[in-house]
Amino acid sequence: MTGRKKILIHFFVQNSTIIVFIVIFCLASFSSDVFLSNRNITNLLRQVAALSVVSFGMLLVVLTGGIDLSVGSVMAVASVTFALANATLGFFPSLFLTLLVCLVMGMFSGFMVAKMNMAPFIATLAMMIIGRGVALNAANGSPIQIKDPILTLLGRGYIGAIPVPVFAAFVTFVLLYIMLHYTAPGRIVIAVGSNEKAVNLTGIKVDRYKMLVYSLSGVLAGMGGVLTTSRTSVGSPILAEAFELDAIAAVVIGGASLAGGKGRILNTLFGVVILGTISNIMNLKDIPGYNQLVVKGLIIVIAVYLQGIQLSDLAWIKKITRILKSN
Amino acid sequence: MDSNRLELLDVSKSFSGVPVLKNVSVVVKRGEVHALLGENGAGKSTLIKILSGAYRKDSGKSIIDGREVNIRDPFEGKRNGIGVVYQEFTLANDLTVAENIFLDQLSEKGFIHWRSINRKAVGIIKDLGFEINPKSLVGELSVANKQIVEIAKALTVQAKILVLDEPTTVLAPGEVKDLFKVIKKIKERGTSIIYISHRLPEIFEIADNITVLKDGEIVGTRSVQEVDMDQLINMMIGRSISNLFPEKEYHNGELVCEVKEYTRKGIIEDISFSVRKGEILGFAGLVGSGRSEVMRALFGADMIDKGTLFLEGRKTTIDNTSKALKNKIAFVPEDRKEEGAILENSVAINMTLAILKRIKNKLGFLSSSSENKYCDEMIKKFNIKTHSLQTLMENLSGGNQQKVILAKWFLTNAKLLILDEPTRGVDVGAKSEIYELIKEMAKETGIIIVSSEMMEVIGLSHRVAVMREGRISKILEKDEISEVNIMKNAVPMESVEI
Repeated sequence: MTGRKKILIHFFVQNSTIIVFIVIFCLASFSSDVFLSNRNITNLLRQVAALSVVSFGMLLVVLTGGIDLSVGSVMAVASVTFALANATLGFFPSLFLTLLVCLVMGMFSGFMVAKMNMAPFIATLAMMIIGRGVALNAANGSPIQIKDPILTLLGRGYIGAIPVPVFAAFVTFVLLYIMLHYTAPGRIVIAVGSNEKAVNLTGIKVDRYKMLVYSLSGVLAGMGGVLTTSRTSVGSPILAEAFELDAIAAVVIGGASLAGGKGRILNTLFGVVILGTISNIMNLKDIPGYNQLVVKGLIIVIAVYLQGIQLSDLAWIKKITRILKSN
Repeated sequence: MDSNRLELLDVSKSFSGVPVLKNVSVVVKRGEVHALLGENGAGKSTLIKILSGAYRKDSGKSIIDGREVNIRDPFEGKRNGIGVVYQEFTLANDLTVAENIFLDQLSEKGFIHWRSINRKAVGIIKDLGFEINPKSLVGELSVANKQIVEIAKALTVQAKILVLDEPTTVLAPGEVKDLFKVIKKIKERGTSIIYISHRLPEIFEIADNITVLKDGEIVGTRSVQEVDMDQLINMMIGRSISNLFPEKEYHNGELVCEVKEYTRKGIIEDISFSVRKGEILGFAGLVGSGRSEVMRALFGADMIDKGTLFLEGRKTTIDNTSKALKNKIAFVPEDRKEEGAILENSVAINMTLAILKRIKNKLGFLSSSSENKYCDEMIKKFNIKTHSLQTLMENLSGGNQQKVILAKWFLTNAKLLILDEPTRGVDVGAKSEIYELIKEMAKETGIIIVSSEMMEVIGLSHRVAVMREGRISKILEKDEISEVNIMKNAVPMESVEI
């Protein structure tokens, strides 16, 4: 294998998320003339805004080597909390209260992981079940209408040409990007996921940073919950069921390692957009929902396979070429 | 019939360019106990792992019963009649005795015949002169019984060679006697035993022949009758201190740290010592003597039950690692890959992890210019060979990784620097550079060095604390520091009369 080939494959693996995105985007553009229309693209972005915010939180947790299964339930709690609070309070106090509740839920997950030494999968599974129960109980099992003009504006309004949810997601992206790349906590989070023992022996309180990421994941899920609620103006206790799986999928398609320490927020963003594009194009093509799931699953397999690819893995391609040539 | 059970001829092995075994040849006769002796890192365990198939040799031959064999993995090792009982047991605690013994041959024709397996297990254990219920869970057995299960497991195939790696370190004196009875029984069947131990008197009791390894080479093979303890020790250590080490300079700085009666029950006991600025205090002792545990306690990674610490004369409690850092104690752990380096991250991230506060600008953001300044300076000062600051740690050689970690701590301006095995897995060239750096760093700080390489402790330290079974048995000063004195104080007490 020549040096140039090696560099090429290295480049390919490094940027596989973006390459997969470009391929899917091109396929989508060719297969439907509606896809590239202004309206459709705006719509697509609006649809993925909530998922992106939640996925960023998931990424933070995954970077430390954990996982947060509770995000979907936290979103539902956010939706119901906002609806209930909004009956008596204004938009901003309701939003504040909602995010506070979600922060506490995230903190508790973090507490279970960092201080009670529970496996993240189990701690957040418990939180997922608790959260869903709390949401159903608080809403009495049925959806709650919300009448708040600001919420409607959040769901349907624009800042310039950009839909408000997309704007909110983008601001979140920028803030977290800065945190991960230019601040000490961001760097420590990544280091914890790579080698927790080493970070601990460097004299850094690993527990605090674990609490931090689960808390942030809670707040971001809360934000995602409010954004989703704003599209329909209905507070729903069954909101975002299995949403955690989409968030994990986005993070994984974005090249993050579930073992921790590896992952870039820009790639997570692309992961989200890849998932969104697939749903969007399949809706445009009238592909039934059940088949959409199959395709989504296959895309995850392909994207993740491409990331883990090593030169030695490609030996089978060579072998096949050799056999074909000899025939 | 040929009386040689095993012949290893000209076996060599190196790990990433560092030779660990150099043309080693050993002959083990049928039905003998052959002791393998040598300091930590002499190559004993590598040799055994090559024999059992856990490692593959680079060159050389293994001949069993006159036939050359090529053992590529532990499975083939077992099929060729090689059973190994490692120092750390390889038993499944939640399975029964019988299940453990026959783990790799549980089913016949797809089903487990419990009665026959239990019966066979009883038989094997009885042959060793023991009685253990085959249905009890291994986790509930005593250590001595666990060891018997290990041995039984190794003997399920027609074992021609049984390797015992430091079998007595986990046993009480009475249990050692029982083990020796077992060994004699196995020996009578014609099975050869390779016996590794640090405890010399034991070796005189049980071994027929002794082979001494040093720095990956054979020093010699002797029969027990023709050597005495002194000769053996000389064979193990006989080498003058090479010029690997820089000249020692004695500074008499102020007291940096004073440890008094540190105790962690069952692990370390009554540990007291002090370190001055400009001084290198070495810690010597056998593996498991508690050296690393003392360091972990000092750094707050493990809790202590009793003891006081004075830092620069002030009484201080350190019960977690961030307190240690705050008090300017730095720790370079023994296991670089597991606890020292963050392999998946860049050189820069590794180097500045302990001083992130200092490279923040006024807004709280990390300033890459200030980070680069620190890193560039250290790379020059420590002569670190890396492609760039963004190169991942895993792409650096062991020596350069270690230098990055030393640089990380140097940047913290630590007052006390603890180095646990600072040159493990580092090639000789980088070693002497690291020694030079350590000496350089000692001008500013007090340094504690823990090392299994005796030459390293002797070559660098101004004083040496020798540990034995969780206690400091002796603190050697200046001229007292010698391999013989360290050995004398490191080898377990009940077993030595040198």
